[in-house]
Amino acid sequence: MGAERAVHAGGSGGSFPRASTVAAADQLAAVLRDHWWAAVASITRRTGDLEIAEDAVQEACAAAVTQWPRDGIPPSPRAWLITTSWHKAVDLMRRDALRATREAEAAQELARGLAEPAGLAGRPLEPEQATGPVGDDELALIFACCHPALDPAVRVALTLRSVCGLATAEIAAAFVVPEPTMAQRLVRAKRKIRQAGIPLTVPGRDALADRLNAVLRVVYLVFTQGHRAAGDARLIRADLCDQATRLARQLRLVLPGEPEVTGLLALLLLTDARRAARTASDGSLVLLADQDRALWNAEQIAEGEQLVAAALRMGRPGPYQLQAAIAACHSTAVSAELTDWREIAALYRELARYEPTPVVLANQAVAVAMADSAEAGLAILDRLASEGRLDRWPQLHIARAELLRRLGRPDDAAAAYELALAAGLPVAERDFIARRMADLAAG
Amino acid sequence: MKYLFLLYGPDGPLPEPGTAEAVAMYERWSAATGPMAQAGVLIDCAPVQPASASTTLQVRDGEVLLTDGPAAEIKEHFGGFTLVECADLDEALKWAVTLPTATDGSIEIRPVISASPPG
Repeated sequence: MGAERAVHAGGSGGSFPRASTVAAADQLAAVLRDHWWAAVASITRRTGDLEIAEDAVQEACAAAVTQWPRDGIPPSPRAWLITTSWHKAVDLMRRDALRATREAEAAQELARGLAEPAGLAGRPLEPEQATGPVGDDELALIFACCHPALDPAVRVALTLRSVCGLATAEIAAAFVVPEPTMAQRLVRAKRKIRQAGIPLTVPGRDALADRLNAVLRVVYLVFTQGHRAAGDARLIRADLCDQATRLARQLRLVLPGEPEVTGLLALLLLTDARRAARTASDGSLVLLADQDRALWNAEQIAEGEQLVAAALRMGRPGPYQLQAAIAACHSTAVSAELTDWREIAALYRELARYEPTPVVLANQAVAVAMADSAEAGLAILDRLASEGRLDRWPQLHIARAELLRRLGRPDDAAAAYELALAAGLPVAERDFIARRMADLAAG
Repeated sequence: MKYLFLLYGPDGPLPEPGTAEAVAMYERWSAATGPMAQAGVLIDCAPVQPASASTTLQVRDGEVLLTDGPAAEIKEHFGGFTLVECADLDEALKWAVTLPTATDGSIEIRPVISASPPG
């Protein structure tokens, strides 16, 4: 609050010390971001229109940016934001040429509002609106943004915008696309929701499990987008990891009986715990086995391990819980040499039943190789190769190359690395392979 | 016997409700469909949302696959129609899944624009 007072005391039009202005602006932005989801969700429910809701909340935030430095942050910023957004929404609906019924409903709502004690400060609000954690409105919004009728990539972008409140420019940067392209994608997504009648409600019991998987997948994709090593976009990417973890936490609060939600949160924490050790000072990738474990975040690991145990106790295992359990195996090992590879191999075998994807199968092969022998691991990969499954997936070629290298077959290893490169990879992985191939050539 | 008229026309949005253009369009169509209704031959008539509003559904190996947009499989042929009245897309999907075409082919679920007279 100190920075706030400094800005306020200066009066309008004065020039303020830069540091306090920036700090105050950051604090203000952080507060607005904290309540963005609740505001968009509430207005979406009341208008039945996500586009209008987002525009309204955006306008309300713009109003906050001018008013709050002058008047101070209100005692209940969430209530202020929702109330102001609602008034903006009514204005927007009046300006749009909309169906008469929607206008009539809004006018009725407004009339009811005006009949109550006047003024924004005096307007009474339900307690959960004023401060509360994630509720039904917020859940409904994220389910809508993650609806399977939307393109998967678009679900991620839309969630980042409508739920997390990231600016279009930030989302564009995170996905390395031009801002106008991302803006168009978001416009089209919201238009599809409206035109196709995608419901803005929490799914019924029978659909909940499937639809929840879609939501968890989006949260996971937000995280992985942030977790990938990146050059200039690294700062934005780190924010994505935080956004994802935050979303997982909020989902867990409102869906405590869903072990996969807890499993996902555990997985994100355990993975994020390694962030500092994952890249070397030159930006190159450091393999898990080579990471300096002292750089791992012990707090996140402790919480992640506790959450995995809690999730598995519910007796309904699933892919996120299994992935979290695998991550926990790594994080409990004091050193790479002391890793319980037998347990990890068993967990991957389970995971492969849910997700027989190339990454999972490659990791299973590596785990088997570590637990039993490189030949055993190679056998798994060679079987996949004979099924034609390696063809499009660089991860399997990399795994094969690593095992061949370990078996003292450098030429075969180099050939496998070539195949991996041919399949296309992000920069950090390409650099890693280049270094490995150089090592092989050096003998 | 029944006939389905598939109406192909230029791309672009419908005129904004309340505009002169919208009124003119409505009058042009009413001039044609009015007599059809009076003659007792018209069952239904409506514009549909653009293809971008479609969702395509397939059931393969017991799994429901949804894709955003119209059916991409060119080798499949338009062979029939089902017109439903549902509360939202989820309800429509719930019923579409039960049709044989879901497993044998693809079902494009195109939203119909509910006609309300301008004015």
